[in-house]
Amino acid sequence: MSHDNSKPLMRFLLLFSRQGKLRLQKWFTPMSDREKKKIIRDMTTMVLARQPRSCNFLHWKDLKIIYKRYASLYFCLAIESQENELLALEVIHRYVELLDKYFGNVCELDIIFNFEKAYFILDEFLMGGEIQETSKQVVNRCIESSDMLQETMEEYMSKPAF
Amino acid sequence: MSDVVEKTLTALPSLLSLDSQPGSAKLSSTSKLGNLIRGITELTSKHEEEKLIQRELASIKEQVSSPNTSMRQMKELMVRAIYCESLGYEASFSYIHAIKLAQQGTVLEKRVGYLAVSLFLNESHELLLLLVNTVLKDLQSTNLIEVCMALTVVSQMFPKDMIPAILPLVEEKLNHPKEIIRRKAVLALYKFYLIAPNQVQHIHNKFRKALCDKDPGVMTASLHIYLQMIQENPEGYKDLTASFVTILKQVVGGKLPMDFNYHSVPAPWLQIQLLRILSLLGKNDQSTSEIMYEVLDESLRRAEMNHNITYAILYECVKCIYTIHPKSDLLEKAAKCIGNFVLSPKINLKYLGLKALTYVVQQDPKLALQHQMTIIECLDHPDLIIKRETLELLFRITNAQNVTVIVEKMLEFLHSNTDDYTTIDLVGKVAELAEKYAPGNEWFIETMNTVFSVGGDMMQPDIPNSFLKLLSEGFDTVEEDRKLRLFAVDSYVSLLQGEPGKLPQRFLQVISWVLGEYSHLREELEPATVMRLLAKLLDMKQTSSETKSWVLLAMTKLVRAGQVFQSAQEVSETYGSSMDTVLRQRAQELQHLSQDCELRARVLPQDAGLEPLEVDSSLSFLDGFVSEALAAGAAPYKPPHQRQEELAQAKALSLEPYGLSLPISMSSCSIADRQSPTLLSMSSGLSGDSTDLSHKGSSTTLKLDGVKRVWGREGYLAQREAVEEAAQVEVPSPLRSPSQQAEADSSHSQTPTPTPTPEPDQEKQQLASSLFFGLSSQSSVCLMGKSEPTPQRFRRKAKGQASSSGAAEQISNSLVSAPSAVDNFLCNNLLDSNITSQVGISSSEQTSELSQGPATTNGTCDTEAESTDGDIKGSNPSLIIGDNGLVAADPTPHKDPGSPKDFCLSSHLPAELSELCRSEITPLCSNQSLGLSACHVHKEDSLVLVVFITNSSDAAIRQILLDLDSEQLQVSCVSDSPVEDVTSHSVAMHQFSLTVKRPSVHVEVVGMVSYQLPVGTPQEVQFSYKLPLTSFIRPLTVSTEEYGTMWLSFSHDTKQNLTLISDGEEPLTATLNVLKEKLQLHIVEIIGMEGIIACQLLRDQPCLMHCRVHADVLAVWLRSPVPDLPDCLIYHCQRALQEH
Repeated sequence: MSHDNSKPLMRFLLLFSRQGKLRLQKWFTPMSDREKKKIIRDMTTMVLARQPRSCNFLHWKDLKIIYKRYASLYFCLAIESQENELLALEVIHRYVELLDKYFGNVCELDIIFNFEKAYFILDEFLMGGEIQETSKQVVNRCIESSDMLQETMEEYMSKPAF
Repeated sequence: MSDVVEKTLTALPSLLSLDSQPGSAKLSSTSKLGNLIRGITELTSKHEEEKLIQRELASIKEQVSSPNTSMRQMKELMVRAIYCESLGYEASFSYIHAIKLAQQGTVLEKRVGYLAVSLFLNESHELLLLLVNTVLKDLQSTNLIEVCMALTVVSQMFPKDMIPAILPLVEEKLNHPKEIIRRKAVLALYKFYLIAPNQVQHIHNKFRKALCDKDPGVMTASLHIYLQMIQENPEGYKDLTASFVTILKQVVGGKLPMDFNYHSVPAPWLQIQLLRILSLLGKNDQSTSEIMYEVLDESLRRAEMNHNITYAILYECVKCIYTIHPKSDLLEKAAKCIGNFVLSPKINLKYLGLKALTYVVQQDPKLALQHQMTIIECLDHPDLIIKRETLELLFRITNAQNVTVIVEKMLEFLHSNTDDYTTIDLVGKVAELAEKYAPGNEWFIETMNTVFSVGGDMMQPDIPNSFLKLLSEGFDTVEEDRKLRLFAVDSYVSLLQGEPGKLPQRFLQVISWVLGEYSHLREELEPATVMRLLAKLLDMKQTSSETKSWVLLAMTKLVRAGQVFQSAQEVSETYGSSMDTVLRQRAQELQHLSQDCELRARVLPQDAGLEPLEVDSSLSFLDGFVSEALAAGAAPYKPPHQRQEELAQAKALSLEPYGLSLPISMSSCSIADRQSPTLLSMSSGLSGDSTDLSHKGSSTTLKLDGVKRVWGREGYLAQREAVEEAAQVEVPSPLRSPSQQAEADSSHSQTPTPTPTPEPDQEKQQLASSLFFGLSSQSSVCLMGKSEPTPQRFRRKAKGQASSSGAAEQISNSLVSAPSAVDNFLCNNLLDSNITSQVGISSSEQTSELSQGPATTNGTCDTEAESTDGDIKGSNPSLIIGDNGLVAADPTPHKDPGSPKDFCLSSHLPAELSELCRSEITPLCSNQSLGLSACHVHKEDSLVLVVFITNSSDAAIRQILLDLDSEQLQVSCVSDSPVEDVTSHSVAMHQFSLTVKRPSVHVEVVGMVSYQLPVGTPQEVQFSYKLPLTSFIRPLTVSTEEYGTMWLSFSHDTKQNLTLISDGEEPLTATLNVLKEKLQLHIVEIIGMEGIIACQLLRDQPCLMHCRVHADVLAVWLRSPVPDLPDCLIYHCQRALQEH
């Protein structure tokens, strides 16, 4: 049951294409650039080498890697090894649902061309390596946010344009 | 999908981008970024890509630094810079502009700025400091989006040292009217809690408020923090159990708004979080577990839908049920659930089923029996991941009967495995099993050979270490030991005659050591032959110099036979001029020792492995050399941290206090008065086989002899023993209620008959019977108690540990050694109802005692919580009820002995102690016949723990044996002749003196009392006693000069801001006086806005504190030679000031 206390349960999330091109990276613990590069390389080779119909979990060092392919894009999430793998799979799925709703039938190109939006959605969904949000809260926040946005708009309008 | 969700998701786009309309996201592909991306995809070579990106970066660089670039353009440029970085090209010039954008942009530009910062920089980047002001400003903004963004970035990456600067603002947000802000604030605090727990410990009561928040989202977020805190200290939160249960009940019962559903399952993430919390709270605690049985049953029942998320919940449920105090019908349901997982055709479920099974078999190996055919199938599964998980499961059910088959399977996997991490892990496990359960010498040596060749140079260094230790110390009779060594020698000689070039270096080192030490046992083996084989190793190109020095050492031992003098001389000549100093040293040793038989016999006695050598670690034999050198004008030695400090001082402005009072140096005082027998110098210089190797500082060195000799036998072995003890407990199945036992037996009697698979494969059946052999017989072994333990072949000899493992009923022996995996299920063994209740009592009392900490802080929170809190939809989960119930004994000193019971016991205190300051007498545990209470008495130079044994029965209690142990403390008995018998209705007293081994905020003593009633078997009762570190703190009276000297020589430090107290007096003095009074510190001096304070842990572990008033906080810097002490002390300082 014990786990490294100073680390969140999720460690990183990577999105990459079938060709191994990185589309999105999110690191929940501090990591050096070299470590990041190594992880990205390891993940793409490991995940892409998997046979179809094998299970969606992998071991990597002391972490579990949960991956799932959606069309041409692989989602790959690293979690503590005692964590619940199925739950992690649903975290990925939830994120895909959010992307899908936002872009409307999301495809890899949407994420390539609008990667910053994909990051924003992710930041609202996960915070500091934990789920911030399950369903209703997205709702609430967004309704609230559009309220807030109006405030913003007002402020925006009242400011001199650059 | 519900209306609300629709609405949300349509609202999302407008939030995310002002400029692009919903659905128009794809339009931006015509932007500059779009052009860049398209440009790149059209390229054919890496070289072209590089050229294009460099051009792009150059143009971005030019534009960002132009004063005419608007923030809006800047935002667009940042996105492009992020893109280039993500392709692996450095755009560090843009970092500062990202910060500027976050600082100066309007909301949406700011957002990109923050994103860029979070992608570009990591937590330790120095530019991040520039972000602090921006975050501060945004946290105070009236614009909610800005506040949200600031909170998000804070939880992603924020310099740890700067947390105090923004903490008050984040804290404030906990009261924000908008729940989204409250939720983000809670998560930000959670992040702070993870990276700097000390900083947020004063707001624990506010977390409680978040837990009671009327918005379920905020409540959910607060559970992250609670999970962490409960993991660290489950005792402190037992009072919340009922509340968590109520919340879970409501969630499972569908009481939350529909929009919390995920695929029609109510708030699954929340459910899982709660289940995890419950399992921590219910672990080893029957009364707490009982509160949750009903809701767990309900959770199992409700989670019926066929969807991943329900399985995820079920898995947590099963884990929880098997972690808490067992209840038979729940266990049964959980077992069925695991069965469904394992048998599922869905591979992910099967995997999770195996994982659950692995978790569960540790206490109930029979479950594995039920699924043996599935397990066998998984062992041959084409997916390696499944195979690997199955091996993990098998590892847990290994015993002396099935060890050969399981190890064979593991080695098989190892041979096909390519992943280093897995190899290291599995090799360790094989070695562990081999050592524990090896059926014979031959098998053991051969298995270890495979371990060494496969594990190679990456395996954990303790594997060869403990292997050699085992060989040298022996495990059984002299004859058996000899046989094992002989077998090893034979095996290694034939390996060296084969192709030694293929063996890993570590293995060669092991081989050389064994041949050097034991080849003389094989009489027909000529030393010359061994010498030749070893010399061959020296000549191989791939042999590392580390290995060579092992070989040379082995040769030195071999020359004792005398005949190989010639070749020894040759070798020592070759290496006598080696560039490698260690090798040269070894060659010199070989040279000299081969000539001087007498010296050799003294330095390298045969079978020396058994006598511990003393090592003069102070290197006092060098004193003469040092003083000569000093006399000749050499600079005195300075410890590394001091050198560094001086270096820093030389380089930069001194920021440290007392920089100027740098003393001449500590070294001047030492040399003359440190005289020690120089006799020892010889032995430590020459014979420590590998002490020289440690000069190289390489962590991979086999420090085998060094370890053994330096540590001596007792200390090390005691540890080892404890581990093995624990490992032993792991295997046997726990006792169950008779009915369950019967039922389990019947289910197990079915299993050997091959019913599960339609056409049982003969081979698989055979494998199954060999794999699961011993699992069935074990339950009977276990029933008889430990009187017939599984024979462990290579179990080390008992080292005269007078433990109480006789015929006494073993109640949870391993509580003392407390290895986490094992103690989960201790309660299962507590079948004897009589004793169970005792333990129950003791633990609940302990609970009340321990939770007094939170209780006092809650005092302030309660009213607040009650007034603001609407709870979850007003249905009042009993969150607050628990708090008030906690009026417990307060073990802090300076308290009037209040209760009559206390008074009555205190009269038993010896006169010399009764005058001193002491804690209240706290009951530890009790049953019909006897009760234990304890208090601690503060003496000037020690802390005395007094344990009272009250005999409340009508008969005398005899053979009382009190045994205390602690992870953090050194416990020694004070009484000369401890009382063994207590007559009816009287009190006996034991005294123990406590000193601190390893500082910790709270320290705990666990103990066991065993005794004998006139009738019946010997009894044992466990208890534990917790006390704060402050009990050990004593003032340290030093002058300012001495303080300065000490300050520089201490290497462990911590810094933090504390709140100042201002009640009339000058704040600094007032604050320091509070600390002095509450923590027994000594105020050395107060100069203006600065103060210096000193204290010590009892007599010899000093800690210094430097305080400076800074704005309206007290910046505190603590230093000590003892690791962790500064951190612990700062905790208590905070505590003291808070309570003031």
